[in-house]
Amino acid sequence: MIREWFKSGNPWIWLTASAVSVSLILVFGLLLLIAARGLGHFWPATVWEYDYKNQDNSVVRLVGEVHDEEAVSAQRLREAGLAIEGDEDVTRYLLKTGNRDVLGQDFRWILEPGIQDMRKPETLLAIERREWGNLYGYLNTVQENQQTVAVGKGAWESLQQRLQRATALFAQIRALEKGEIGSINYGLERLRLRERGLELENNTDPAERESIKQERAALNAEYEGLQKQLTDLYQNINRDQIMVTVSSGETVMVPLAKIVHAYRPNAMSLLDKLGFYMAKVWEFVSDEPREANTEGGIFPAIFGTVMMVIIMSIMVVPFGVVAAVYLREYAKQGPLTQLIRIAVNNLAGVPSIVYGVFGLGFFVYFLGGNLDQLFFPEALPTPTFGTPGLMWASLTLALLTVPVVIVATEEGLSRIPKSVREGSLALGATKAETLWRTVLPMASPAIMTGLILAIARAAGEVAPLMLVGVVKLAPSLPLDGNMPFLHLDRKFMHLGFHIYDVGFQSPNVEAARPLVYATALLLVLVIVALNLTAIAIRNRLREKYRTLEN
Amino acid sequence: MNNSTPTHAIDIEVLSRGRNMRQIADETPCLQVQGLNLFYGQKQALHDIDMVIPKQRVTAYIGPSGCGKSTLLRCINRMNDLVDGVRIEGQILLDKQNIYDKSVNVADLRRRVGMVFQKPNPFPKSIYENVAYGLRLQGVKDRRTMDDVVENALKSAALWDEVKDRLHDSAFGLSGGQQQRLVIARAIAIEPEVLLLDEPASALDPISTLKIEELIYELKNKYTIVIVTHNMQQAARVSDYTAFMYMGKLIEYGDTNTLFTNPDQKQTEDYITGRYG
Repeated sequence: MIREWFKSGNPWIWLTASAVSVSLILVFGLLLLIAARGLGHFWPATVWEYDYKNQDNSVVRLVGEVHDEEAVSAQRLREAGLAIEGDEDVTRYLLKTGNRDVLGQDFRWILEPGIQDMRKPETLLAIERREWGNLYGYLNTVQENQQTVAVGKGAWESLQQRLQRATALFAQIRALEKGEIGSINYGLERLRLRERGLELENNTDPAERESIKQERAALNAEYEGLQKQLTDLYQNINRDQIMVTVSSGETVMVPLAKIVHAYRPNAMSLLDKLGFYMAKVWEFVSDEPREANTEGGIFPAIFGTVMMVIIMSIMVVPFGVVAAVYLREYAKQGPLTQLIRIAVNNLAGVPSIVYGVFGLGFFVYFLGGNLDQLFFPEALPTPTFGTPGLMWASLTLALLTVPVVIVATEEGLSRIPKSVREGSLALGATKAETLWRTVLPMASPAIMTGLILAIARAAGEVAPLMLVGVVKLAPSLPLDGNMPFLHLDRKFMHLGFHIYDVGFQSPNVEAARPLVYATALLLVLVIVALNLTAIAIRNRLREKYRTLEN
Repeated sequence: MNNSTPTHAIDIEVLSRGRNMRQIADETPCLQVQGLNLFYGQKQALHDIDMVIPKQRVTAYIGPSGCGKSTLLRCINRMNDLVDGVRIEGQILLDKQNIYDKSVNVADLRRRVGMVFQKPNPFPKSIYENVAYGLRLQGVKDRRTMDDVVENALKSAALWDEVKDRLHDSAFGLSGGQQQRLVIARAIAIEPEVLLLDEPASALDPISTLKIEELIYELKNKYTIVIVTHNMQQAARVSDYTAFMYMGKLIEYGDTNTLFTNPDQKQTEDYITGRYG
């Protein structure tokens, strides 16, 4: 009976199918976990108000969101010096109380038995600030130039209107500072370098100097004008402020310029919450980070990751394809090519940090240092390419992934039927013409496969990047409106490093943990998107260069 | 290697092998194979082949599998150069010039000697681009010239009517027989002098085979055709001259009718009557 079952092949089907299911469950479980942990962070949670009895029997008022809860045995709490009766497990909550500037901390644990009363008042205001994290409290008054303009019921409406104005002004200021003034600074820096260049060449051409002087004067004049605008804007945005009473009874003054969002979570309908949630998620993907990366968005990191992968792809494909073509098509097959193949395959197994060290030593210090001496002497001692940056990071990753492309391309080349090559040669094509016109186009799906594997490896790599170009916070994107638009010498942010930084290097680990999950989810999504693009291109090519199957 | 042109148009010694020399001697020679030996490493695949292939005639090679007929055919456009470890002795004259001479550009030679393979091997391009491939290699850019050549080549290959409405579709959409005619069109688009056909109909159904044979009959007015075939009836139908090869040797070569009706050699007779083996 059992033997028959084995002979039928069914056990194999079960075995293989269950292996597939286990893998799928693991992958989906992983995604589900990071999605649930990460995406929940943006939901406007209910803010509770507690009357809480401390261990010393004093009753305090606490306000905050429940961030986490866990059951702790009474025994353990007693050992920690708390007076707990009974033997049953005690639930304790981690409360996000915010108000770091007032309370000195923004999280605290509370024990279930200590809670005397809990309410969720609709008028409770949650404020996301540009500094100091969230603030929870009751809105007192809205002020304009230190004069109270709204109290009580009308204050909330007034706040909303004024906040809209402040947010718009803030966006203007940002655009001015980052855009126009950034451009002027960039232009001034280039003028300085040009001047220094003339100095180094001992060029005393008065016309050149005069033109630099004039351009500088023009830029400075423009700057003066913008500076004036900026001052006006700052004055405008600093006009309004609100007074908020926090849980401890103190009244705190919050300038509207410092507010990102102000909302009353307990008064929100589900639809409101959904809208708020969407806005927060969008802000997360499209905005710049604040507060040592623990708040705001991660757009620069997404941008940096994608940028680096694209530049890496542009570099790795020609290298890999050319090497594979030589190995497969031109080199005399023998022990030497075999040895090279083994070496290439082993190269793929070298730990990535080793590539990082190599990149730092060779690309950054040696190549970059010499480039600076040759082409950017005017900027020295400030290095231009002699410091970690986007180009070196991409090049290091290209080196890391080139074996994959070589192997895949060779595989593809070896699969092109001999008959097609002969057909081309028989028409009077040389070997190079045959390669260029027929063989390489037909091998392009295989090349794309190599690229897909390369992207999958490169996009997730973090260790080598820390040495050759990734930073915690990059002041500007590697692509902007200033000539030459693409700044390969700039340092950049990367999702992988961002995860590490937010999760383990940030001043407020507890507050930032959900962001770690959200960023991880986004990293996965970015890699999936990059891969899907490459796969779509490959499938098109496959369809186009489908070889004869007869 | 002997590069001097023979005093006679035809090497008499070569022809004295066969009894039908009178007819071949009447023809204008196109290709002259002289003392050709071919080795795959240590193994000799062709033994001292001497023959004259006449101009604008169809010459067929027959013989059992592995007798070297395809190898000999591939010597004529130097396709064997691509195989590792091949060594060739002797010479093949095309218009009195040794194609194995160092001064010969292989790509130029292959432009003059076209080839069609056993299996249709269109490129993964459109029908139009397949036919235009050879011309593009020669640097032809003019759209009008290209259109004309493509149309003429497809007409010569008796394929025009079937594909004229879908010239820019993939060549893979064609049937096997159509693909083979497309490949022939591709070969004649660059107007070679000689057309080598390596079992061109062996992968095709009977109707497609018939079409290819008709096509060969048409094409011999313009091209010198050398065909390798397994199929003796086919050789008898399409060729003017037939060569029987066995174990890398040219056993008998002569007028097709004579060779099939009154073979000179015992081995030839055995093979064509089916007693071989």
